[in-house]
Amino acid sequence: MLELNNLTAGYGSFQALFSVNLEVKEGEAIAVIGPNGAGKTTLLRTISGMLPVQSGNLSMEGTSLKDVPPYRIIDLGIAHVPENRRLFTSMSIEDNLRMGAFTPNARPHYEERLDFIFNLFPRLKERRSQIAGTLSGGEQQMCAIGRALMSSPKLLLMDEPSAGLAPVIVNQVFQLVQQIRDQGLTVLIVEQNIEQVLQIVDRAYLMEVGTIKISGKAGELIQSESLRKAYVGL
Amino acid sequence: MIFDIFLVEAIINGILFGGVLALLALGLNLVFGVVDVVWICYAELVMVGMYSIYWGNNHFELPLVICVVIAILAVALLGFLIHFLVIRPILGKPPINQLLVTGGLLFFMQSFATLLFTGDFRNLGLHLPVLELAEMYISFSRLIAFVTALLAMVALYMFLKRTYLGTAIRAISQDREVVVLMGVNPQRVYLVASALGGGLAGMGAALLILQYDVHPLIGISFGPITFMICVLGGLGNMIGGFIAAFVMSQLISLGGFFLETEWGYVIAFVFFIIMMFIRPQGLFGNRS
Repeated sequence: MLELNNLTAGYGSFQALFSVNLEVKEGEAIAVIGPNGAGKTTLLRTISGMLPVQSGNLSMEGTSLKDVPPYRIIDLGIAHVPENRRLFTSMSIEDNLRMGAFTPNARPHYEERLDFIFNLFPRLKERRSQIAGTLSGGEQQMCAIGRALMSSPKLLLMDEPSAGLAPVIVNQVFQLVQQIRDQGLTVLIVEQNIEQVLQIVDRAYLMEVGTIKISGKAGELIQSESLRKAYVGL
Repeated sequence: MIFDIFLVEAIINGILFGGVLALLALGLNLVFGVVDVVWICYAELVMVGMYSIYWGNNHFELPLVICVVIAILAVALLGFLIHFLVIRPILGKPPINQLLVTGGLLFFMQSFATLLFTGDFRNLGLHLPVLELAEMYISFSRLIAFVTALLAMVALYMFLKRTYLGTAIRAISQDREVVVLMGVNPQRVYLVASALGGGLAGMGAALLILQYDVHPLIGISFGPITFMICVLGGLGNMIGGFIAAFVMSQLISLGGFFLETEWGYVIAFVFFIIMMFIRPQGLFGNRS
């Protein structure tokens, strides 16, 4: 579904990704793990067109994303839950969700998608007219995920959904991700919470300073001696 | 204080004046909130609108309603062009450059209007009746202006609340980067907001020409006060600007009642300066 070949990208003259190769197949859940500053967020931002590709290729279902303007990426079925959620904090939950269905392709399905999301997260339905900034961290994450799902994406990019949340809430967020997987959606998730994320994905890539170091099945990676020593702290 | 019918009259006039100021402030706030650039030349757009109405009505002898529609469309187009030709190339530049450019536009429009129309004061020669209500005199033109301004604001409010584009306008004023992920092309929203801001200035022009003569420097009468209202309400905060418009107009009107009209403005501006010391972010602002 999503293919990255020797992808190099970065900010201005500063490179943050160095020939990254990565593939996400339909129906898979993939994690990109690694320390802070490894380039995980940059990776997702490059896929969403927010950062220009310097060299290499990336494509979604065979369509190259290189010359697609950033605001057209969503039309190809890619939705992005950004780092720190980035909700419209002074707008209601419903307005936030409406923004998720902004594209002309998504608008006719607004009502049915809203039902789908309220079904998935009944909490949002109860609070649909509440201002997003007054929600708890976990609820805000639900809202951010819901907003991304409004466009009926094929691929969901999630940037550190567990960041900045209390441990109990972190568990809930991973349950949410599991729920989304159960819906058959393809997911590419970036996380620092390695142990937990490896339990809900099929495969994972370990990223360090802008390159992929190791990749493999989640079950195998979690057993990997070097990974455990370096990151899981066990 | 004993009940005074003239005091009530002054308060009512303050409210009526506040409606028009609120409309002007809304246009400026809309553009600032979305594009993040202050149009220093905003009142000059109003001036252009007033001249187009005057010209259409006086020179081409078109019916006033047609002139108003043309003026609103013309100033909306002007707002669109200002963004497209002048603002867009300097979007990422420091705010001081943007202020200087729109300030330059102000003087350009003033001089150009002087060239076309000379410095003469002109009006439509309308004589609208004055309503007499329990010994109070309320000018009909002010009443029309107030009601129309309120209707325009309600219409804009509905647009911002109920439509996708309106929601995107509110969203982009909160986070101009993340909206791109939702398929919003910010450049297009900037153009829409600029045209809307222009249209509101055109609407303001239609309401002001009922009460005031038009001349090339008319912008000076409304530009500074509109800007101060926006700052007082918190730049970009439309609700704040709405309330601040009525606060300022009431100060002007009551100051005029207790002292003299000129004192009303002096008091309003002193109030503004003091408020800037106490709450530099504005009464309802949360930006620094």
